Amino acid sequence: MKRIPAPYPLALIIAIAAVLPLLVLFDLASDASDMMGDYNLRILWNSLLLTGLTVLGSVLIGVPLALLTAYVRLPMPSLWLVILASPLAMPSYIGAFTLYAASGPTGELAQLFGISTPVLDGLTGATLAMVIYSYPYVMLTTRASLKSLDGSLVNAARTLGMSLPASLWYVVLPRAITGIAAGALLVALYTLSDFGTPAFMRFDTFTRVIFVEYNAFGLAEAAMFSLQLMAIVAVVLVLESRVKGAREKPGKHLELWPKRWHLGLAAAFVTPILILAIVIPLLVFGIWLARDGIDHFDMTLAWNSGYASLLAAVAAVVIALPVAFAAMSGRFGKLMERITFLGFGLPGIVMGTAMVYVGLQLPVLYQSLALLVFAYVFRFLPLAVGSVRSTAEGLDPSLVKAARVLGAKPKEAFWRVTMPLSMRGMVAGAALVFLEAMREMPATLMLGPTGFETLATYLWRVYEAGYFGRAAIPGLLLILISAIGLALMLSGERKADLTVAKEPK
Amino acid sequence: MLNVSNLCINYGNHRVVDGVDFTLGDDEILMLVGPTGCGKTTILQALAGLIPVSDGSISVGNWTASSTKMVPPEKRNVGMMFQDFALFPHLTVLENVSFRQKDISLAKHWLELLGLSQFCDVKPTQLSGGQKQRVALARTLAHQPSYVLLDEPLSNLDAALKDTLRWDIRQALKEAAVPAIWVTHDQHEALSIGDRVGILKAGKVQQMASPEECFSQPANRFIAGFLGEAAFLPATLTGNQATTELGPVLVQPHGSVKDGGNIDVLIRPDDLVINHSGAAPANANVKWSRFEGGSRLLAAELHGSQRELRIRVNHENSVKPGAQVSLAIDSSDPLAVFTEGAE
Repeated sequence: MKRIPAPYPLALIIAIAAVLPLLVLFDLASDASDMMGDYNLRILWNSLLLTGLTVLGSVLIGVPLALLTAYVRLPMPSLWLVILASPLAMPSYIGAFTLYAASGPTGELAQLFGISTPVLDGLTGATLAMVIYSYPYVMLTTRASLKSLDGSLVNAARTLGMSLPASLWYVVLPRAITGIAAGALLVALYTLSDFGTPAFMRFDTFTRVIFVEYNAFGLAEAAMFSLQLMAIVAVVLVLESRVKGAREKPGKHLELWPKRWHLGLAAAFVTPILILAIVIPLLVFGIWLARDGIDHFDMTLAWNSGYASLLAAVAAVVIALPVAFAAMSGRFGKLMERITFLGFGLPGIVMGTAMVYVGLQLPVLYQSLALLVFAYVFRFLPLAVGSVRSTAEGLDPSLVKAARVLGAKPKEAFWRVTMPLSMRGMVAGAALVFLEAMREMPATLMLGPTGFETLATYLWRVYEAGYFGRAAIPGLLLILISAIGLALMLSGERKADLTVAKEPK
Repeated sequence: MLNVSNLCINYGNHRVVDGVDFTLGDDEILMLVGPTGCGKTTILQALAGLIPVSDGSISVGNWTASSTKMVPPEKRNVGMMFQDFALFPHLTVLENVSFRQKDISLAKHWLELLGLSQFCDVKPTQLSGGQKQRVALARTLAHQPSYVLLDEPLSNLDAALKDTLRWDIRQALKEAAVPAIWVTHDQHEALSIGDRVGILKAGKVQQMASPEECFSQPANRFIAGFLGEAAFLPATLTGNQATTELGPVLVQPHGSVKDGGNIDVLIRPDDLVINHSGAAPANANVKWSRFEGGSRLLAAELHGSQRELRIRVNHENSVKPGAQVSLAIDSSDPLAVFTEGAE
């Protein structure tokens, strides 16, 4: 019989803990009274409608921008890419908050410029906010897929007399469909699980209603809605695992030389999106900052956010280690790693509902910071696991062999060679978890001990109380944190690209 | 008829093609050769309309493209063959060849002529490399292009296949009676297929003439070396005769060499004969001998100047390294000469 790899027992415990929230929900939802009433159907319809419209809008914006950044020879191409991907660096709930505050007859835009815009809320507002912050997902996945295509085919079609737009439509897009689908599913997942945007826009989707039920002490109803939401998320996740690209032999990249007016057209397409996504939020925060000053800002908010997130980051990395090494040592380990990925599919509001119930059952944990940290850890664990694993897998296996040949036992080789060399991945993973936890809102709202306010929850309180001006500093800090997180993630992805490229074909 | 005049192409501020001129007759094949990065593929892309030109013009029949007037590829009626074949993977062979055509008779005609009739309903992925390139050729010619561009069409194929396929492509282009520009880095391909050969270096045309002329009368030493094995033997010129270490030889003087002056004579391995029977006094010793199948390449060092020359002999002539031999120049055509020290 083969020996059981050393990290398996620990990894198994962690995997079981990761499914706990889902099991809890099933138990809790059994107490729910009615199911699939008119109200419930309306929520379902609203959630699906918002998701569908957001996906549609993201594809309509993301795909042309992917074509532009992948194929057109732009002046300063990396600048275009960074600017167009920058909405990712803004938590969409902040965008939703500021768009809501800026629009309407008494909104900030009307007060500042005298431009009266219609109120942005409900379905329109939520869709708009979701689209402008999630189209980069479609843009980036589609662009990656376009970049892998052989450009000669378009040149062949054109020299055979097909116009450029027709060639792109008939020859390029059918081959990029998997990239578009992957991006669209990511957007769907994001839209379904986002709490802040529909909440700020006052649009009744599952996430908003779960929070409302929770506040009305309808925990069983909240659990039932959570399970319904999870069912939809599960469908999206299954679809996502099915998306497989037929790999093409890579060829020459297609390059298109734009005329001046083409560039003008591109800029005209991009500008309004960027104004909505970046300029208006920063402008609104700027106005509030100028009007309300910085005196009212309470440093304990930032301290609380940082404290809880730091605990979560350290815990996540410690827990990630056995999972990552288990995944590297066998198929069962891979399965356990997959199970811990469950948390990523679990919307924050769902995680929050489950953890609240756990707290009610175990009075020791009730209203404790530990519960919040636990929720953070299991929600963002995949980030830490992925980071640790990619670094550890990139290590030269002959280093461990060398340690063994020099007389070290497997355990000693692990502690003295593998671990120190995986440090980079651990730090990167901890940083990602830290930054994600900093901007997390729904679970924090539900699980934070009484009086424990973070940057994100404070944003929600001032929104509810109508003291919008006080949102400026927490909002700007959250944007900064998200931007750092995005930069980290992108640089990590670039490294991952390199390691893939080195693999023998 | 294809007319290219003063074609210049810039990438940013860097000029990659500089002042290319030529006119191509109706069934003429022009081979463009040169080392990597010489701009040959860039010229092809400009001729196809895939990249803009910076200066000069291209005209074919009823259109003229220039830096101010861009004609898109689909308006040029151009045929193009790609290194990686560029067959549409989702279409069958017949659908590829008859792409955007209602009438499939021309497609059928070319598929039959190229021996591909039995593959009509097959997807390109099931074909071998050689078959793919034949399909691409059929597709190009079935669209009755005004001119054809070939971008290293054989570089992704096996050596054994190249020889037959290059000749098949040439015959098909001649059959279609269409001017063609064929880019290659293989000088054998260039010399055997082209009606004319253009040698490029750093974006400039070094020489454009018949293969025979480029090979035997190269305009400079770079071309002499690029198109084949070349050695240069010092000599003094008298009329159309040069006196070398290996005796007098008939040469082709040109404007820049002076009568009575010091010159270098271009010697190719085929211009020399070897005699090792001892009838003539030995003037060189063999350094090494390389078997090439039908022939054998020898390197021999001259006794006088210690200069190394290469000689191609019949494979039956097995001379061992170290042998003392007698070399002589044997060429009925006048050899090319260069001013001493000039490029």
